[in-house]
Amino acid sequence: MSVDTRPADAAPGRPSRQALSALLYRRGRLRLAGLLTAPAAWLILVYIAALSALLITALWTVDTFTGKVSTTWTLDNLIQVTTDPVYQTIALRTLRIAVLVTVVDMVLALPIAFFIAKVASPRWRGVLVVAILMPLWASYLVKAYAWRNVLAEGGLLEWLGINSPGYSEAAVVIALSYIWLPYMILPIHAGFERVPDSLLEASSDLGAKPLATLRLVILPILVPSIIAGTIFTFALTLGDYITAQIVGGTTQMLGTVVYANVGAANNLPLASAVALIPIAVIMAYLLIVRRTGALNNL
Amino acid sequence: MKLSRSARITLGTLTAVVLLFIYVPLLLVVVNSFNSDRSFGWPPRSFTLEWWSRAFQSEGVREAIATSLWVALISTAISLILGTLLALALQRHDFFGKDVINLLVILPIALPGIVTGIALNNLFTTVLGVSLSLWTVIIAHATFCMVTVFNNAIARLRRTNSSLEEASSDLGAGIFTTFRLVTLPQLRSALVAGGLLAFALSFDEIIVTTFTIGAGQQTLPVWILNNLFRPNQAPVVNVVAVVLIIASVVPVWLAQRLSGDAIGMTRSRKKASPGITKASSTAR
Repeated sequence: MSVDTRPADAAPGRPSRQALSALLYRRGRLRLAGLLTAPAAWLILVYIAALSALLITALWTVDTFTGKVSTTWTLDNLIQVTTDPVYQTIALRTLRIAVLVTVVDMVLALPIAFFIAKVASPRWRGVLVVAILMPLWASYLVKAYAWRNVLAEGGLLEWLGINSPGYSEAAVVIALSYIWLPYMILPIHAGFERVPDSLLEASSDLGAKPLATLRLVILPILVPSIIAGTIFTFALTLGDYITAQIVGGTTQMLGTVVYANVGAANNLPLASAVALIPIAVIMAYLLIVRRTGALNNL
Repeated sequence: MKLSRSARITLGTLTAVVLLFIYVPLLLVVVNSFNSDRSFGWPPRSFTLEWWSRAFQSEGVREAIATSLWVALISTAISLILGTLLALALQRHDFFGKDVINLLVILPIALPGIVTGIALNNLFTTVLGVSLSLWTVIIAHATFCMVTVFNNAIARLRRTNSSLEEASSDLGAGIFTTFRLVTLPQLRSALVAGGLLAFALSFDEIIVTTFTIGAGQQTLPVWILNNLFRPNQAPVVNVVAVVLIIASVVPVWLAQRLSGDAIGMTRSRKKASPGITKASSTAR
């Protein structure tokens, strides 16, 4: 006699919830569809639709009389954004700031994450992680503003006898490195935590000096985490304009241009065209790093 | 790995210096909230509580806080539902196009905020012709908050194997019963942690918000930005900032206590049994 191990099938007259449950149990595809439909629809209808619309809007123009977007197809915006020296300068400056911020954060985060994950005593580890995490959620604006106070004329830096960079591009790099630092420390710390201690012991038992262990054992395991961190700092910096407003003085970033064209200048097509620059840069970066598995570490 | 004593001390000192670098600017804001000098020169001249009392009487601040709470609550609720569904779909099923969905879900945090901001602004105003409101802000926030919930949920799902769920259905529990009695309790703390982080993220978000909020409405960050450069209001901004710093400790502390998963912080070795840890580490 064969025993039916499936849950009780929906007999006629049973509550429909049970019938639905049995149906979903038997049909994996249906179950998947039930799980996937709402979130996938949201991401596609809201986000992908928005990104596609952005691309299309960049090919439109603004009616100079009414100030409304006119659906006349043109490449003018794209040509202007790619050939006008003003936009080139701003794009290069933004890229430079983003790279600098990423490098500064990486240099600071690596030894700290290593110390917290592998050197500090277990009791201190928890404390240090929380100490790094806490300012992560202290408001972004507060942190940018705090640097304004530090850098200001007659501010803390001057009092300490340090030559303040004032409100400048350097100030933007400092403030943004400061604001995004936890986003770099956290993934790298998680990466270090995944390196088993036994592997480090084996390496030193086999005669490797700490630096050799670092280079040959730890670093290869850590690469995806480091890249995950760089995606955060790089992308967040590329899209910033508010820190530039607060501590940048006259420093303009791509974000500043986008914001000005959405608001005051009321030229959405041009703003969209400018926004395509960071999209292209990040997409290229994501494609390059996709193979490293970094995207699973975000 | 045997590190020399001096290497340990160097690393420790470096960590201490960076922590100092992290906290000094924040402390400066705290001190300045009691500084009677409006231009915040250093060192502060004299102590005052005037800014604190003005902040507590400010109706603009109160309204902005209420707006921010409302926006953050709704976006967190939406992202909790969508993020959990997505994590279950991607972790427990294999299907064509899984990689694409995987990339799709991280896109809202991988692309700069300004891109999300202008893309949604353009979608609402040009394409759909909807006027911007708090609802457009909520839709925007939910889109990227979903990712934090998803990350927390999927990290937990990777660590819990599905044998309990199979046992549950072998014992005759339906799909919904299994979810309610087996899967959800396993996910609960990860979802609370993810939800808290999503809430904090939405509460603090400024770039996407400035592009999607309607005229005349303000969340707390928008209020701060609007008042940052007003000489009369800047001291009040300091007070609000201090309150925010203190308030932000709560979600972090809670999230940290509830889940080792908080923002990718895996403490699996302490919590899960060795077998499960091994399974999850090979899964990566």
